[in-house]
Amino acid sequence: MAGITRYGSYVPFFRLQRSAIGPAAGRGERAVASYDEDTVSMAAEAARQVLDAGDVTPDTLILATTSPPYAEKSNAATILAALDLPETIRSVEMGASTRTGLGALSLAADLGDAGRRCLVVGSDVVIGAPGGPRESQGGDAAAAFAVGPDDGALARFIGRASATTELLDVWRLPEDRFARQWEERFGADTLAPVIADTATRALKQAGCEPTDLACVILDSANPRAAAGLPLALGLKPEQVADPLSSSVGRAGAAHAGLLLARALDTAKAGDRILITSLSDGCEALVLEVTDRIDASRPSHTVDTWIEAKRTDLPYNAYLKWRGILPFEPPRRPDPDRPGAPPMRRNEGWKLSFTGSRCRSCETGHLPPQRVCVSCGAVDEMNPERFANKSCRIATYTLDHLAYTLQPPMVAAVVDFDGGGRLTCELTDVAPEQVAIGDELEMTFRRLYTGQGVHNYFWKARPRR
Amino acid sequence: MASNGIKDRVAIVGMGCTPFGERWDKSGEDLLVDAAKDVYASANVEPDAVDAYWLGTMGSGTSGLMLSEALKLPYKPVTRLENMCATGSEAMRNAAYAVASGAYDLVMAIGVEKLKDSGYSGLVTSRPPDDGTSASMTAPAMFSLLAPAYAKKYGVDEGELKEVISRIAWKNHCNGAKNPKAQFRKEVPMERIQNSPRVAGMFGIFDCSGVSDGSAAAILCRAEDAHKYTDSPIFIKALSFAAGPAEGAYSQDYDFTTFQEVVASAQDAYGQAGVANPREEISMAEVHDCFTATELVLMEDLGFSARGEGWKDVLGGRFDGDGAQPVNPDGGLKSFGHPIGASGLRMMYEMWLQLRGEAGERQIAEPKLGLTHNLGGQPGRCVSFVSIVGK
Repeated sequence: MAGITRYGSYVPFFRLQRSAIGPAAGRGERAVASYDEDTVSMAAEAARQVLDAGDVTPDTLILATTSPPYAEKSNAATILAALDLPETIRSVEMGASTRTGLGALSLAADLGDAGRRCLVVGSDVVIGAPGGPRESQGGDAAAAFAVGPDDGALARFIGRASATTELLDVWRLPEDRFARQWEERFGADTLAPVIADTATRALKQAGCEPTDLACVILDSANPRAAAGLPLALGLKPEQVADPLSSSVGRAGAAHAGLLLARALDTAKAGDRILITSLSDGCEALVLEVTDRIDASRPSHTVDTWIEAKRTDLPYNAYLKWRGILPFEPPRRPDPDRPGAPPMRRNEGWKLSFTGSRCRSCETGHLPPQRVCVSCGAVDEMNPERFANKSCRIATYTLDHLAYTLQPPMVAAVVDFDGGGRLTCELTDVAPEQVAIGDELEMTFRRLYTGQGVHNYFWKARPRR
Repeated sequence: MASNGIKDRVAIVGMGCTPFGERWDKSGEDLLVDAAKDVYASANVEPDAVDAYWLGTMGSGTSGLMLSEALKLPYKPVTRLENMCATGSEAMRNAAYAVASGAYDLVMAIGVEKLKDSGYSGLVTSRPPDDGTSASMTAPAMFSLLAPAYAKKYGVDEGELKEVISRIAWKNHCNGAKNPKAQFRKEVPMERIQNSPRVAGMFGIFDCSGVSDGSAAAILCRAEDAHKYTDSPIFIKALSFAAGPAEGAYSQDYDFTTFQEVVASAQDAYGQAGVANPREEISMAEVHDCFTATELVLMEDLGFSARGEGWKDVLGGRFDGDGAQPVNPDGGLKSFGHPIGASGLRMMYEMWLQLRGEAGERQIAEPKLGLTHNLGGQPGRCVSFVSIVGK
């Protein structure tokens, strides 16, 4: 029987207050991917949580998203490279419906039964038309799971069921920026029996009564459609997980996974969890938590991510970041696209943040060098990954002229523990609070998009 | 390894310089023609007398054709070169070596930059295609890293350091106000400098050099021929150049309060010229004040001030136009402007005027040795040029 062996999550730093959108947008706040984040960078951040312990060696990566940064060109490949995983890994990308986030996990469970080890990542940047409910109720986040055969699982898949329903509820044409929705009541009425049936089938396979469940996760593109399930199953309110609608918003294909990660953050051995995700049909999974759970948690819980935030994002800045609002451009030339051959040559540096260390004198180099800056040894370097090392600000500046969607650009010279120095951008930082000596950690970002090419690299941020 | 120098073997016998500034009506080629006319007249030679040319431009043209076509030179050797913001000095250095070697008798070094056609107020440069990972900081941001590091190392309060760097801008504007060819010819009150809008870090608008168009040129020959062209030539005492290994970009030891490249090139130049005590022996200097904090750090790297004491010398007026050791008497990059490829030759133009007693109301009394210093790159990762000239 397959199970989850590791998990991780990521919620970006910024929150948009719904009151900043307008009085009709409701209460609470939504999580917002920063101007330098997208589905790929957030997926990498969540997956780093899975891989940090060093005991996960996937043979397959499944990425589920409805907002792939590239419509054609593998997004999964960038994630694998950022994670420093080998090219021999199979990768597939799933989309078209937010349900595929949980669908990917269900598929990974089947692959786990077949002896395969999957890294499953759901990640989404949810953009809605300004003023509409998808904009205010959506959120941006990512969740990642290592799934494989049951050796060392922190939770086992004990039941699963699926349904695929042809209906027009939420849809978006390839050339459209914003999804549309049919009258909500139609989708709700059509899908309500589907979720009840799918959940019941999954519970039956698990040999589990609704009353046995420690936690029930209801995720739906059409919230009304899932609203009746607790009553249909006879659930008590305390069994139903907080959908994080007032703190994160529904994060598309990442959302069911994010809620599962949060449930696992506090789960006890023996707990049974039902997760459902509803859109164009339904996925339902039943998990049983094992006694491995306490030893297998990631460094960041979902609530740590949620609580480490900046809440004063202006609405017009949000619209600018998402490319919805035209704005006065920086008085600098548009950035050049990076070149494909140099990106490929320097992939270890650019994507996995691998520098080098001199074998003769131990000096660290970022980016990797062939000739040691300290002792002059030539081609005596070992590659060394700096992504998980912490660093400190040697000196810094606020650049009011540089091209950035969030001026001023905060740039710093950072010194890594154990040697090595880099001049880089800071992100998720309040410019007025930066000081020499601050401790920082590295985060994978999309620096900019130039001439149709996304430029990914690493930045430093204050510890979250 | 040796740097033998060419002390007193090469003379500058003519110099020319266009007004610097926003020369909307002039192309880069027009500026070259203007500077060339000026320098031919200064050396009192016909164009045909000049055997070879070195053209310095960072990005306003490519190849020697930019000059040979503009001047319609008849099949002469023209070398185009680039060494970032030290390009103009580098043109002169290579031209000087060519006459010293005996390969040519009379040569021209000419530098030009046409920056104001870009549509952007700051400096715009292009890079070869790369992997997109280098920090996209602007030049003021890179140099602004000096200020907090200097303040911290020497225990100077940041407010006080702001006054120090503002005084450098104030001084260079005072000097530029007396220079008919300078881009900015107005004195600016300290208060306005200190309160100007922030550009990067501690720097406001007035901490940055002028972005300008302009051209400057020199004609050089061997010392023994100098008096054929002028009664008052100036002689090269030292030419030095250092390109660093970019140690500061990689090594945690670098603390952003010095330019190691400048220290190396200054020591080399002092050795060539036989200068033992630059604070006493150098009468005046034109230094690379691309930003005000750069000039502060240069005072220490060039040995004009002791380590950690430069800021006191600045406040004490030592480097003022009427101070003990005037620095940037022509207004510097700050006020004369900084058309990249021309700047190194513009610095030498002021030495030419001062040593010949032709600097008008900026004239320094009885200068003996003058120093020019030209820098390209950024703290921790740069090229540096130093020359010493005298009568």
